[in-house]
Amino acid sequence: MGLKDKLTELKRNALEEINDAKDLKKINDIRVNLLGKKGPITEVLRGMRDLPKEERPNVGSFANKVRDELSNAISERKERIEIIKTSKRLEEEKLDVTLPGVPVKIGQPHIIMQVIDQIEKLFLGMGYQVVDGPEVEEDHYNFEMMNLPKDHPARDMQDTFYITDKFLMRTQTSPVQARTMEKHDFSKGSLKMISPGKVYRRDTDDATHSHQFHQIEGLVIDKSITMADLKGTLQLIARTVFGKEREIRLRPSYFPFTEPSVEVDVSCFKCGGDGCSVCKQTGWIEVLGAGMVHPNVLKMSGIDADIYGGFAFGLGPDRFAMLKYGVDDIREFYLNDMRFLKQFSQRG
Amino acid sequence: MKISTKWLSDYVNIDVEPQVLAEKIERTAVEVDEVYRLEKGLKKIVVGETLKVEKHPDSDHLRICQVNVGEDEPLQIICGAPNIAAHKKVIVALPNSRIAGNVKIKRGKMRGEVSEGMICALQEIGFVESVVPKKFVDGIYFLPEDAEPGAPVYSYLGMDEDIIDLDVTPNRADMLSMRGTAYELAAIYDKKVTLPRLEIKESKNDNIENYLEIAADSKLASTYLMRIIKNVTIGESPMWLQKRLWNAGIRPLNNVVDVTNYILMDYGQPMHSFDYGKISEKKIIVRLAQPGEVLTTIDEKERKLNSHDIVIADGKGPIALAGTMGGQATGVDNGTTTVALEAAVFNSSLVRKTARRHNLHSEASMRFERGINRATVVEALNTAAQLIADLGNGEIVSGIAEGTKEEAVPVEVSVSLDKINKVLGTSLASTDVEDIFKRLGFGVDVSNAVFNVSVPPRRWDISIAADLIEEVARIYGYDKLPATLPKGELTPGNYNHSQKMIRAARQLLEAAGLTQAISYGLTTAEKAGRFLMQPSETTQLNFPMSSDRTTARMNLVSGLLDDVAYNVARKVDDVALYEQGRVFYRKAGTVRPIEVEHIAGVMTGLFKTATWHEPKVPVDFFLTKGIVEHMLHALGITENISYIQADGHEEMHPGRTADIYVDDEFLGFVGEIHPNLCKEYHIDRTYVFELDLQKIIDMDKQVKSYIPVSKYPAITRDVAMAVDKDVKNSDIIDCIEKNSGNNLAKVELFDVYEGEHIAANLRSLAYKLTYQNKEATLLDEEVTKDFDKVIDKLKEEFNAKIR
Repeated sequence: MGLKDKLTELKRNALEEINDAKDLKKINDIRVNLLGKKGPITEVLRGMRDLPKEERPNVGSFANKVRDELSNAISERKERIEIIKTSKRLEEEKLDVTLPGVPVKIGQPHIIMQVIDQIEKLFLGMGYQVVDGPEVEEDHYNFEMMNLPKDHPARDMQDTFYITDKFLMRTQTSPVQARTMEKHDFSKGSLKMISPGKVYRRDTDDATHSHQFHQIEGLVIDKSITMADLKGTLQLIARTVFGKEREIRLRPSYFPFTEPSVEVDVSCFKCGGDGCSVCKQTGWIEVLGAGMVHPNVLKMSGIDADIYGGFAFGLGPDRFAMLKYGVDDIREFYLNDMRFLKQFSQRG
Repeated sequence: MKISTKWLSDYVNIDVEPQVLAEKIERTAVEVDEVYRLEKGLKKIVVGETLKVEKHPDSDHLRICQVNVGEDEPLQIICGAPNIAAHKKVIVALPNSRIAGNVKIKRGKMRGEVSEGMICALQEIGFVESVVPKKFVDGIYFLPEDAEPGAPVYSYLGMDEDIIDLDVTPNRADMLSMRGTAYELAAIYDKKVTLPRLEIKESKNDNIENYLEIAADSKLASTYLMRIIKNVTIGESPMWLQKRLWNAGIRPLNNVVDVTNYILMDYGQPMHSFDYGKISEKKIIVRLAQPGEVLTTIDEKERKLNSHDIVIADGKGPIALAGTMGGQATGVDNGTTTVALEAAVFNSSLVRKTARRHNLHSEASMRFERGINRATVVEALNTAAQLIADLGNGEIVSGIAEGTKEEAVPVEVSVSLDKINKVLGTSLASTDVEDIFKRLGFGVDVSNAVFNVSVPPRRWDISIAADLIEEVARIYGYDKLPATLPKGELTPGNYNHSQKMIRAARQLLEAAGLTQAISYGLTTAEKAGRFLMQPSETTQLNFPMSSDRTTARMNLVSGLLDDVAYNVARKVDDVALYEQGRVFYRKAGTVRPIEVEHIAGVMTGLFKTATWHEPKVPVDFFLTKGIVEHMLHALGITENISYIQADGHEEMHPGRTADIYVDDEFLGFVGEIHPNLCKEYHIDRTYVFELDLQKIIDMDKQVKSYIPVSKYPAITRDVAMAVDKDVKNSDIIDCIEKNSGNNLAKVELFDVYEGEHIAANLRSLAYKLTYQNKEATLLDEEVTKDFDKVIDKLKEEFNAKIR
């Protein structure tokens, strides 16, 4: 048998073996056996020494061709095996993707704090400061500086937890305003602030009353602040918290520290103003109180009421949260039932 | 203040639907609580005439009545009212009628006898009991004798009137009267008021000087006036008056008291009527009570007076508490024939105190507290006297007895057009503003765009320019104000350092799995004083509302334990909460507490419940400590933190609590609640921490600067050693760090073992030491040398057996 025939047979057998190979180890063994230094093709080429000179190129190129063919066949087979292997793996690794994901353990802000955060962000964006103040206050700041002297009938509107005649649990966060006004240097610009925090009233706890709740009061003092500015600001609060479609209306009211004083209603976010159980069929929901700062309040803080003026507002995050989420018992906020707190996990 | 639109229409002609009127009042003046008409929802309630009343054969208290309801045949109605009688006009609910509360009345049988409807009490057709005349409270009501059988009862009882119930703010005392409200509505609708005035007819041949001598202190009563009406016959008031009273929320009593209450509602002027015959020595003295004086008021209560109570006294002593309640001994009763009628203006602040002290808030005291129209005191007195004379067939003694008398003068207030527009953000014209003041019934004079306004005494709430601006704003209409935002220089809006740290701490704990709680700041003295992190006195309310809320908290954990107990009691066994808030520390000898920001957490049950994918993770000490460590590090507290075994907290597990220090500064604690306390709260194992957040805020934070990542490989060595159980991890770590040379980058505990493969008094601790040189590749031999040195030291110091 000539070398060429030998090579042809070798090739036929090798191709068969290659195509039968089932894994990468086998194909690697084949490659080493066939194409290695001790392999049959090398051997054939070594046998060329015995051939007549003129036949050598012919056989040589044939042998090279066979080697290339086998080398290609090995590569292809290898690739093929890998594809099969991968697809087999993918097949095996299939999951029931409808099984539930692993729960992420994360806590969340209290619902009242979410309301406060939202309002703080709105006002920080408009250049207001957030100012904190003491929860145990002096009667002087809590009432007198707010134009509520002793024996003022409006003190009946706020029943107070006194500690002594002079000190009390603050009934509102407006004393923070008085403290800030006293200190503010108007030569350095206007005063724009909000004061969020806990307040206390001498009330018996029930579904709509709580001896502890929260307040955010806002105050702007400058040379040309108008009631129209107040209206625009209140509209912004209403739309930020209750939705951009909301309208507000102002109604006359009475607070000793503002004049004029207004109550602010927001158009019902549930029915849009047509009347429903949330707005007691009126289309409007009372959400906050506001007004233009009373000249006496400015004067008591050492501010010239002929030059400066401004507006103030006060709102209750508890009430906002009750309205917004339909919570019908204010006590829920302070009992901290995990099942209650965990409901308000939506952000943004 | 309940306003009947029918009464109102006597004074001002406003022809709009009550609902529309109410809405307008709300937008322009004061809040409206309710608009109602008593007849609404009622059906087939008619006048009946009891023709015959007989005993029910099978009942002791029921009666069988034959009632003429305007039909051919009378109806048989069974009635159990004690005052049922024949030949009376009564209120009948016919078969298929509806009475109060939407209750349907059907034809039926009572103990075998047919009953075709029901004879009603006023309460049954919607009257509140407090306005029902006393003699009808426990029985049925008798209508006037001329009532037409079969006719609807509503107009006989004033139930067809629309009532608007106003919630009057403290500044608008003028609207606590029909006349004041008429002025207000006239201004809103740009109408004129027509206020009737009753002419007084005095008896010429008798003078008040024969009756009374009054001494009054003008500081106590700026006006104190009296009239005498003699030969009065006490009796029931006519229906028109009774209707007006009960529609205003007042119970009719007799013709004298009813008139004083009527004047109270009409003019807003409180009055008091004395039985003149019971006044001693013809003397009336308005003075402060003397200590030890007592007075039995008309509600039959004996009241101890003090030197802040204004009293009306006669020759013997106090006969009335000024402005709040009269005395029983001098009250008008059926035998009264001469009435002494008082109209006064008492010191508002003293009346307020008296009303509070004696818990005697009344329609009268409220008006004295808030202020009354000084311009109509005399007119109100005269009208009342004349009405009493008319209704009781009496005679008015000539003249008014005067204790004090204050002239009512208008208040002059000025405001410029510019100021109005500048405050409101409007561009009103001078004529617009002038028109508003005129509509309000104020005198106005305009010069150089300044309004000089003369405010009548009925609007005592107006005294400065801002008050006038409010009047302009509300009558002009808040709806018409533009909506803008403040202009002016930009100001930066930013949280301060403390606010940022507080918010960061909150977010860190939330990310670590704790949900924010907000508990009560007031608690019991016992709970307030637990978990104290520094010595402190309690801060207590001087007049708490309940025994659960008496003291300002001095820790947050107590509140969180209340929360855990609340959850566990409701079968919520897995709780992970934190709270951020203030505690109130008070130094002995001071009154005001110092408020310190704290942050605390509580965990019980499972931190993670088992899922199909992962095993459960129960809460334990180290999980809790890990959260604290994480928060402290993230807040910039990274150096020199130590956790010291703390067995001295009474409320905490002595073996499972650590005090947390940064250098020598005590920051707080972490650990397990003492089983005894858990038992008190009915809760299972619970872990807590509480930290002084203010100290964290105030601490110097490590300013982070970049540390280059080493290019050279690190080499690690593990060592496991058996040591005595008392040897602390922190001591071993200290020893390793101290004795490891310069190349030790990190040492980590990776295993702790106690159990059968080791002696009972020992435990095994395993550490991984990581060595790294930032400048060069470390040689194995160098590391081995360092490592061996540490091992020797550990053997020496802790008698460690290397495993």
